[in-house]
Amino acid sequence: MTLRRWSDGRAFGLRVRLLLAFALLGVTTTAVVASGSYFQARTVILQQAQDAAVMSLTDQLAQVYPLRQLPPTQGDLETLAQHLSDREGYAVVVYRDMRAQGADAPDLLTPQLRQAVRDGVVAWQRVSVEGEPVLLIGTQLELDRPDGGSLSSGLEVYWVRSLAPEQESIDRLATLAWLTGGLSLVLAVLLALLAARGVLRPVRELGQAARSLGEGQLTTRLSVRGVDELADVARTFNDTAAILERQVGELRRMEADARRFVADVSHELRTPLAAMTAVTDVLDEEADRLPGDAGRAARLVSQETQSLTQLVNDLIEVSRFDSGTARLALDDVDVAAAVTATLRLRGWTDRVRVDLPPGVVVARLDPRRLDVIVANLVGNSFRHGAEPVFLRLRAEPDWLTIQVRDEGPGLEPEVLPHVFDRFYKADTARTRSEGSGLGLAIAWENARLHRAAGQRGSLAAGNAPDGGAVFTLRLPRVAADDAGAAR
Amino acid sequence: MSQVLLIEDHQTVRDGLQLALTRQGHAVDAVATGEQGLERLRVGSADVVVLDLMLPGMDGFEVCRRIRQLGDLPIIMLTARNDDMDVVAGLEAGADDYVVKPVQARVLEARIRAVLRRTAGESRRSIGDRSGPERHGALSIDRAALVVSKDGTPVGLAPTELRLLLELSHTPGQVLSRQQLLEAVWEHGYLGDSRLVDACVQRVRAKIEDDSSAPVFIQTVRGFGYRFGPL
Repeated sequence: MTLRRWSDGRAFGLRVRLLLAFALLGVTTTAVVASGSYFQARTVILQQAQDAAVMSLTDQLAQVYPLRQLPPTQGDLETLAQHLSDREGYAVVVYRDMRAQGADAPDLLTPQLRQAVRDGVVAWQRVSVEGEPVLLIGTQLELDRPDGGSLSSGLEVYWVRSLAPEQESIDRLATLAWLTGGLSLVLAVLLALLAARGVLRPVRELGQAARSLGEGQLTTRLSVRGVDELADVARTFNDTAAILERQVGELRRMEADARRFVADVSHELRTPLAAMTAVTDVLDEEADRLPGDAGRAARLVSQETQSLTQLVNDLIEVSRFDSGTARLALDDVDVAAAVTATLRLRGWTDRVRVDLPPGVVVARLDPRRLDVIVANLVGNSFRHGAEPVFLRLRAEPDWLTIQVRDEGPGLEPEVLPHVFDRFYKADTARTRSEGSGLGLAIAWENARLHRAAGQRGSLAAGNAPDGGAVFTLRLPRVAADDAGAAR
Repeated sequence: MSQVLLIEDHQTVRDGLQLALTRQGHAVDAVATGEQGLERLRVGSADVVVLDLMLPGMDGFEVCRRIRQLGDLPIIMLTARNDDMDVVAGLEAGADDYVVKPVQARVLEARIRAVLRRTAGESRRSIGDRSGPERHGALSIDRAALVVSKDGTPVGLAPTELRLLLELSHTPGQVLSRQQLLEAVWEHGYLGDSRLVDACVQRVRAKIEDDSSAPVFIQTVRGFGYRFGPL
């Protein structure tokens, strides 16, 4: 399930990013709106409570006017304080050092408040008493003067009122704000998931389709839904895939045509070559008896007929690989004996130093193809390397390795990747060499035709540490039978 | 000197092969179609047939089967392509050997000589010459008279088939690899086509076994080769 890992697992994938963005948006909006309205409401509530308190105090003060005398006695202050206290709060009356309080409570008046009141303003302050908010309002009673002005009496009246009910309302508001915030966060996440699914599914399909296109499924298409940007992408993908399919199809057709042409030409060449080849022995036998030029010409025709035959045979062999019709004819073979026979049949026994493992190396492979590979490798070493040529056979439990090494200058680095190319000539100065130019390509294909347990045989080219080209053939000990060759 | 019947539709190839084989000392009768070739066999005789598989009219496989019905004349196929299906089909039709065109005259000549050696004569010397027929269960093999009979009835075996059976039955119970058999019977030296052996074994089994799918005389030893018996 690489697909799920691809879309779900990554830390900052599209899904996570969308989720974060939506959550952030939801939380920010909620925070701004909720905190705004919270503070607004809080101010209004407190202001109202304060205004009401001030009004109530003023009303009550109006009732106790006028003061009978100044300075007042402690008894006057007590009476005043008692009078001003009610259910909602209690009053504290201060005159210079005297003080009366309408309820049994701690002294809450702060020096700042006192100072403000002494300066002649109606001052208020909110303090917290044992966790409970309390509103303090203070004012100084004024004396009317006969000339219409007023005079500070020096009598300070404070009213202490609990804000608990208001605090309760504000707390409720805060709770509501938190709730709203939480709800909107959940909603945002849900929306984000929905949006992510809507976006991610097409993206995932696109990824899947692109991968299958890359794997060569050129008929892959997406279903286009809706008219959004993703649908545009899907449409573009489909158009691209269609163009690609057409072009690849065209290329394949052209390639197949070219290959068929080569195969057809090779087959057509066989008939005249068959006639010519049949009589090359006659030419060879008669050449010695023919005078001068005629004899040389006869030998040349015979020799080149054989080269041409080899070339055409190689071309046909190659076109059989290309068309996939090459089949293995498997047999149980003593590999050491087979390699020795290959050299012996071509008269190469004295020119190759053979290193064989002790014992018999039996392998199930196509002996004709093994012969072709070994003959091509050794022949190539004779042509392009320098003697002596070394051949080493090694056997593992499941694979066998044949290494052909020469004492030549080795292969140039730029030549290495092309060694197995068809008609590749490493030495451009020597455009015409003995081989058909297909030998190594055919050897490579023959190696790959042998396979076991999903692994193919291989042929690799390289250089020995001390110079000299090294070709390494690896074949399975028991090649898999392909269909039709089963016994 | 041997009589070679060459059936090949391309005139230049036919002429070339006729020229070369004639120089090697064979009497070559060359015809262009399978029908003509069968007609020649009806009126005359030949020691070996060299048969092109790609023929106009009656194709080479059919010609091969018809010749087999007539008798045990050795047949060497000429296949224009190194096509495995052609080779297998040709061997199943009863051909003794095959060469791939273009072929040098001396290669074809060597194959002709090898196949001719299998017909009678020289087989006797190489694979024992015991007196009287040997008995292998229901099978009786007379190496001197080159007669194989089953339950008293002679079995018609082509020269290659007979030679293969003689080779295998010479060492009952011993496994011979396909390559060993190719060298011994077909004289192919090394790296012959093991399908020749498989096809020939199939043909022999069809003639001597009660049930070709469960052979008792010529048994397959998977991974090694073939073995005569044990019964």
